[in-house]
Amino acid sequence: MPDATGLELLAAELRESQPEGVQDTEHFRGKAALHIEPAAVRATLRFLRDKGFTTLASVHGLDYYPEEPRLGVQYELLSMADLDRITVKLRVPLDAARVESVTPDWPTANHQEREVYDMFGVVFDGHPDLRRILMPEDYEGFPQRRDFPIGGEPVLFTKDEAFGRDYTA
Amino acid sequence: MTDVSDYRRQEDALDVTAPRQAIEHDGGLEQELLTINFGPHHPATHGVLRLLVTLEGEVVRDLKPIIGYVHTGIEKTAEDKSYWKVIPVVERMDYLAYYFNAMAYCGAVETLVDVEVPKRAQYLRVMHLELNRIMSHLVWLGTSALDLGAISMFWYCFRERETILDLFEMSSGQRMHTRYIQVGGVIEDIPAGFADRVRSFCEIMPDRVDSYLDLLAKNEIVLQRLRNVGTLGQEELLALGVSGPLLRAAGHPWDLRKAMPYSSYEDFDFKVPVGTIGDNYDRFFVRIAEMKESVKIIEQCLDGLPEGPHITEDRKVALPPRWELATSMEALIHHFKLVTEGFRVPPGEVYYPIESPRGELACFVRSDGSSKPARVHMRDPSFVNLQATAPMVKDLYIADLIATLAALDPILGGIDR
Amino acid sequence: MEIVKREKTASDDFKIRQRRAQQMLRGELDDADLEAHVRESIVTTTLDKAVGWARGNALFPMTFGLACCAIEMMSIVASRVDVARFGFEAFRASPRQADLLIISGRVSIKMAPVVRRIYDQMLEPKYSIAMGACSSSMGVFNNYAIVPADKFMPVDVHVPGCPPRPEALMHGILKLRSMIQDDPSMGWRERYNAVGTEELVPETPTDSPAVNVFQPGDTAGA
Repeated sequence: MPDATGLELLAAELRESQPEGVQDTEHFRGKAALHIEPAAVRATLRFLRDKGFTTLASVHGLDYYPEEPRLGVQYELLSMADLDRITVKLRVPLDAARVESVTPDWPTANHQEREVYDMFGVVFDGHPDLRRILMPEDYEGFPQRRDFPIGGEPVLFTKDEAFGRDYTA
Repeated sequence: MTDVSDYRRQEDALDVTAPRQAIEHDGGLEQELLTINFGPHHPATHGVLRLLVTLEGEVVRDLKPIIGYVHTGIEKTAEDKSYWKVIPVVERMDYLAYYFNAMAYCGAVETLVDVEVPKRAQYLRVMHLELNRIMSHLVWLGTSALDLGAISMFWYCFRERETILDLFEMSSGQRMHTRYIQVGGVIEDIPAGFADRVRSFCEIMPDRVDSYLDLLAKNEIVLQRLRNVGTLGQEELLALGVSGPLLRAAGHPWDLRKAMPYSSYEDFDFKVPVGTIGDNYDRFFVRIAEMKESVKIIEQCLDGLPEGPHITEDRKVALPPRWELATSMEALIHHFKLVTEGFRVPPGEVYYPIESPRGELACFVRSDGSSKPARVHMRDPSFVNLQATAPMVKDLYIADLIATLAALDPILGGIDR
Repeated sequence: MEIVKREKTASDDFKIRQRRAQQMLRGELDDADLEAHVRESIVTTTLDKAVGWARGNALFPMTFGLACCAIEMMSIVASRVDVARFGFEAFRASPRQADLLIISGRVSIKMAPVVRRIYDQMLEPKYSIAMGACSSSMGVFNNYAIVPADKFMPVDVHVPGCPPRPEALMHGILKLRSMIQDDPSMGWRERYNAVGTEELVPETPTDSPAVNVFQPGDTAGA
């Protein structure tokens, strides 16, 4: 991991090229993270790729309900040459849940961004094929949001249904 | 959502009575592109994977995987349970590498809680993880050889698998989904006689692997079907985010156990098998070689197993041993709090990657200070590796598609979660 | 119609039968006893019982592995718990050739219509086993994404476990076999009005034939 000073230097350099991009840096339990503006995601990842973080390991989303802005998308970058990892975090509000897709630069983000869209409803502009990946294509709702009910069904076995014993009512 | 997919529209717009669409081919011949549906119920798709394969004759021109047929909402269920109870839920994700799922999750939670895992527990974890790695590769080998037609490999591999499952049953009581790895260590120390049985397993296993190699390595059919089939180079694999034996088969020696060691892997001396060109043949034999290396790690584990507790002594995180409940009031209170409410984790977010039999398996846990996680996400290697299927099988025959899918080792439980 | 358990008659007791056979061979049985013995010892069974015995011993399971339980289902084909000793090792991939659907694993909402369609494509008589906790009763996960198998198809035997040991699945299959041998229709089909759950093939459009279907009288190659 870049240590705390390394992370600050990285953030400072990034701020030079993109003054509006970086919101915050975070160094928690030995792992470094950059908080950025959603609009700056592609440029930030390109910058970090030039710094040696050539592999995008994971793109995942989360719901910060009830804090605003609610939806977050995180990018885990890995530098195989330097044995380093860094996380890029961004947050978007529910009513403007659009993030630019990084799939043109990083083909690995294809399915992973589709999953974030499917589970949270974050729309990725520029994604070649943004549709649901895990849920049925005509499903309504975004299951992984914190205010989506967990669901569950009552179970009635065949033999009980055949004998007319409905214990789920 | 009003987004109706292209495929629904295409399916509805299909007209079987219309004349066939002719496509101009480079050689001047008119060939027809036929899109067929492959799965989700199919004996060769290694689970419920659906593929839309565009064929020109017998040659695959394009491939689109459709997944979600075993989506279980594991990540959503995990938000509803206390941290300790999430372990069985998360274990059922990648159902051949259950120790690895639990390890990634427990590693993430231990990082958040900032608790130290005792050395003995780390060695026990490594031993069980490597046994699970061997078992996962055995199932993969059995089913992949079955796809190729080498049906007898299935019985040999499952015979070895039964021995390993007996070992798991001895140490934890369950064959699969054992809940052995807990936050802070392992749930129980190994019983008497376990070390001897593991040693006798380690003595026979390399010979068994050699016998598999005798059957497969120089077999003419295996060579013809796997050599130079499904090749994909390192750069493309890295761009697609592929990791694990697929990347190592292409020549890139990236293994998290060596590069960023966790849980005392730096104490062990083992090699990382690496292939040359990244065809199916390399993928097969990288995994078989990994089985032998895992046996070495297990032997070193047994030789160097330190004395000590099998789980952290921090009673706020780990259950106290049962005999303490009879004598100590604090132990009783800790037990009660842990079982009813669970332990509270300070707020934070952490991403903990480990090397599973299929690649980089990582667990992302976000905690908000309560006793239930606010988000658990498993970065599954098969989910990311599946994106490499389409470039791998372009311009190959359908039979090669089956062989490549087998060599990819997708586990749909991990892909769909 | 209910499932009637056959009472154990005297001829079921092995020792009594052995004694009777000894007596017959020695010529010690007199008329009434001799007639009763002959009636019981020669296989004068009803056709239903014979057919039930044959059907129960000739189950062709279908390869239908969904999740973790599928691995334990593969274990019963392996050598330790050998399902071939009972004759059930011929796992057919095509639903038209199979008569036992073992739902091994969690059924997600995307997969449920597929399972139902495959069950419909199987030909009567067909049986189904819900293997594992997830397909029987939602299992470890009780959430938006999965359905219990009983919701969309009739299930004959539920095998609990997560995953059930191969021996447990074997016990479930053998229980199903004895259910079939006692009563092949197994009662619920009449009660549940579920006779004839086969797939209806849609009628081919009659306005113009499909391009690759051979028309009668067309000898110039299809």
